[in-house]
Amino acid sequence: MAMTPPSERIWWRQPIARIELIWIIIAFTWGLIMFFMMIYWHGAGAQNLSNEAYQIKPQVFAKHAQDMIDEYQVREESGFPVVHPPPGSDVYLIARLWQWWPILEFEKDQSYRLHLSSMDWQHGFSLQPVNINVQVHPGYDMVVTVKPDRAGEFGVVCNEFCGIGHHMMVGKIYVVE
Amino acid sequence: MSSLIDYRTCPTTGLKVDRAAEKLIKANAVAAIVFLAIGGLFGLLVALTRWPAVHFLPADMFYLALTAHGLDVLLVWIIFFEMALLYFASAILLNSRLAGPKWAWTGFGLMLVGALITNVAVLQGKSSVMFTSYVPMMAEPPFYVGIILFAVGALIGCCVFFGTLVLAKREKTYEGSIPLVTFGALTAAIIAVFTLASGAIILIPTLLWSLGLVSHIDPLVYKTIWWAMGHSSQQINVSAHVAVWYAIAAMVFGAKPLSEKISRMAFLMYILFLQLASAHHLLVEPGMSSEWKIFNTSYAMYLAVLGSMIHGMSVPGAIEVAQRSRGLTKGMFEWLRKAPWGNPAFAGMFMSLVFFGFLGGISGVVMGTEQINLIMHNTLYVPGHFHATVVAGTTLAFMAITYILVPLIFRRELMMKKLAMWQPYVFGIGVAGISVFMMGAGTLGVSRRHWDMTFADAILPFDYPSAAFLMMGLNGIFAVMAAVGGLMYVVIVVGSVFFGKKLTDDEKPSYPEVPPESAAVSHYGSSESLKIPGTAFLVGIFFTAFVLYYFVNWKYLSEIWPLS
Ligand code: HEM
Ligand SMILES: [Cu+2]
Ligand SMILES: [Cu+2]
Repeated sequence: MAMTPPSERIWWRQPIARIELIWIIIAFTWGLIMFFMMIYWHGAGAQNLSNEAYQIKPQVFAKHAQDMIDEYQVREESGFPVVHPPPGSDVYLIARLWQWWPILEFEKDQSYRLHLSSMDWQHGFSLQPVNINVQVHPGYDMVVTVKPDRAGEFGVVCNEFCGIGHHMMVGKIYVVE
Repeated sequence: MSSLIDYRTCPTTGLKVDRAAEKLIKANAVAAIVFLAIGGLFGLLVALTRWPAVHFLPADMFYLALTAHGLDVLLVWIIFFEMALLYFASAILLNSRLAGPKWAWTGFGLMLVGALITNVAVLQGKSSVMFTSYVPMMAEPPFYVGIILFAVGALIGCCVFFGTLVLAKREKTYEGSIPLVTFGALTAAIIAVFTLASGAIILIPTLLWSLGLVSHIDPLVYKTIWWAMGHSSQQINVSAHVAVWYAIAAMVFGAKPLSEKISRMAFLMYILFLQLASAHHLLVEPGMSSEWKIFNTSYAMYLAVLGSMIHGMSVPGAIEVAQRSRGLTKGMFEWLRKAPWGNPAFAGMFMSLVFFGFLGGISGVVMGTEQINLIMHNTLYVPGHFHATVVAGTTLAFMAITYILVPLIFRRELMMKKLAMWQPYVFGIGVAGISVFMMGAGTLGVSRRHWDMTFADAILPFDYPSAAFLMMGLNGIFAVMAAVGGLMYVVIVVGSVFFGKKLTDDEKPSYPEVPPESAAVSHYGSSESLKIPGTAFLVGIFFTAFVLYYFVNWKYLSEIWPLS
């Protein structure tokens, strides 16, 4: 029994049943496949994080964002500036209690270097309904190159708990043809 | 020395039982169950709030209840119960006295005081930071003080366990190697030491920071070390509940592991390959390289997963062998059909095994895949996954073994046997439901730790698909079922412990049935002719589900915006 000392005292010399051995080999091989799948996707897949990130002071990040807003704002919506930056450019999205600032407008099938950082606590960038989720830290500027492949209106939900206004923290991204 | 120890002899097993160890097991188990009741109530309140049609608590109370829920169940219930298991697997199973019962009581006291301090801090409302307490969000100092005291207490408990192993070996209270169940408990205790040390490394500076003595804690460093505690402690739970599976298989069927060597190696894999697995909590954080993530999720994860997959065959396989040796050999599944489904210890254990593997295990590996994490991180998929592992897996297994411990350790007949028969099903199916529906909602993008999925108070509107609302409604219904199951457990156990018929020292309890004589089982077949077709079939289904689900999620991933 498993509750008593092993009945064969030299249990480590007991042979292993074939069926267990087969299962171990299958399971191990499967582990290898899953390991190589991640590496394979870095080459063949289109959805990978670049892991490009910098330490940055919140004020510096806010200044980058403000410069972008000043240059490329196209209109205003519910008090949020809507910014239409040129394709390929660096785009800054501020996370702070409790808003995503500003509203961004992208062109379909163009890439943008999206910078994410927080001014205060941690937040979670959750692009819906696409369902892309990345963590946003204060003091770190994370760069994700995005290439929206369909037009429409997208929500940016905060999915890291960030205090009592957490559930009101919603931003917006437009993708136009 | 040992003549001064107060022993009784267990009429069921013939083991010598140190009464000091017995008292400690009782105290830890009772404390565990009290906090399960409190934490479970908070869980119900949280689930009712996330049920859109009910939306029970106001926002501030919701976040408070969620913080309390996470702490009381994940930390307090589970670790108190694990302390009881450690003392059981050492002193009782090894036929030994407990090393340093005074220390064990000190540990117990620290844990209790710590749990109370943290609970009070949370209930005061200024520490609704979730159990993860990510900086720079700050809780009141007592919040951290309580957790640290609790951890120190648990660490003392682990030392008492190690001490008892040494003592038993020195006093030759058993022959040969320690039993497999004790080996599993040893694995859990070793991981616990690593875990608790990581906890101290990160929480002590955080406490100083909340006192204003340290000016800054890097959020990324915090998270990395915090999860060295947070994740490894889940491996403690896995080791402990797998040990419980083996224990129940042994006590109900007299089952013997297929291979001591393989099962022990599988436990060892938990120690060797898990410690860096905090990586899979950091897959979408800034500043971690892909090499680091892939290495630490696969080296450190898939081999530990392999350990679990081995147990996943070994435990039902052992039961199948035991049943077949008793003549239940018809077809593939007579052994399973005729298993004692009315015995709550077995029913709970078997459901724990199935749900842990199929729901918790598969979803965990998928979610822990570097790129796939992008479509799941911080959605309700995450709590869906871990309710399958730590509730349907660990909690249900612990509940199941309680039905055996009440008569053997508390020396009381189990009361309300009919209710006990149903309890694992009500709780197990309820929890499986909340796991599945939270995972479903998460797949549709719904955020975890979120009070209002309609975003009624947000300036910019956003609507989740209506299917997500349906998922959360179903989640609410199954949460009520799980809560009823939890309440049944508390009522049965507390009732029996305080009001059950007392058993005298040499009286055998009538329930659960005593394990059948295991002599035949130990020598069923030789390893070459071992026949477990039913188990092999079940494992085949598991593996197929695993592979399909894994690739389906790559397909989902390939449909999101290209990212680089
Ligand atoms: C009556 C049974 C239970 C119900 C109905 C329940 C329900 C829930 C719900 C709805 C959430 C919130 C998800 C969210 O909004 O993020 C949650 C979170 C959680 N539950 Fe449970 N739960 C139960 C039992 C347990 C048990 C027994 C454990 C641990 C052993 C557990 C561990 C957790 C943890 C760690 C969290 C995460 C808290 C956080 O995000 O900070 N639950 N539970
Ligand atoms: Cu936020
Ligand atoms: Cu938030």
